[in-house]
Amino acid sequence: MKIGLLVNEGPYQHQAADTAYHFAKAAIEKGHEVFRVFFYHDGVNNGTRLTTPPQDDRHVQRRWTELAEAHGVDLVLCVAAAQRRGICDPDEAKRNGKDADNIAPGFRISGLGQLVEVAIECDRLVTFGD
Amino acid sequence: MFRKKLMYLNRRAPYGTIYAAEGLEVVLIGAAFDQDVCMAFVGDGVYQLKAGQDTSGLGLKSFSPAYRALGDYDVTRLYVERESLEERGLDAGDLMPLTWEDEDDDWAEKSSIHVVDRAELTRLIDAQDVVFNF
Repeated sequence: MKIGLLVNEGPYQHQAADTAYHFAKAAIEKGHEVFRVFFYHDGVNNGTRLTTPPQDDRHVQRRWTELAEAHGVDLVLCVAAAQRRGICDPDEAKRNGKDADNIAPGFRISGLGQLVEVAIECDRLVTFGD
Repeated sequence: MFRKKLMYLNRRAPYGTIYAAEGLEVVLIGAAFDQDVCMAFVGDGVYQLKAGQDTSGLGLKSFSPAYRALGDYDVTRLYVERESLEERGLDAGDLMPLTWEDEDDDWAEKSSIHVVDRAELTRLIDAQDVVFNF
């Protein structure tokens, strides 16, 4: 089955990002295709490489990055939601006159059309959040 | 082309959290994809359609005018749960008048708002291919 995920909450504040990760990993292990994980609302905070949890805690951002590297999962942050919350890639940083970017490896920034595409293309869209 | 049935299910008040405002962004962007789209409003989500909202005291920009654009984006079916209205002391008369022009009926102006009871909304949700929750 072709599955798309929508993550609507930030890491550590909310369980949604953890559950979404475990769901994606289990789906891939079962032989399903995870077409894309789209991060919206505070979910975009999953995609900053400045994330620095305590060493004895799980590293939510790094887990996503490793999932992308191991399985080619497309991790997309909504551009408008990301801009509001200070998440940017080098292009966005330049365009908005910022002195740094913070997007994590394996993530990319794009528009909401990428979420609607998930709804149209996938057999299932699974939402994680309240 | 096969068109999917997409429902945008709105469950939250318009202000207090960003879900309603950012959810509406998805509806407006999604309109470009030519799918079979509807919206539903349940729980505190019915407050999103309440007429006469004034955000000046909040220091926030009101996004109420964006709902009036929905008809132009071919989002013409907005289902509002009757029980949710009643539980909040509201009825259809408290909501913003939202309309669309039916090109198959000599551009007659029609209301986009349909108050439905909980059982009917359950059937509508069940009939969708995809439900977005905001």
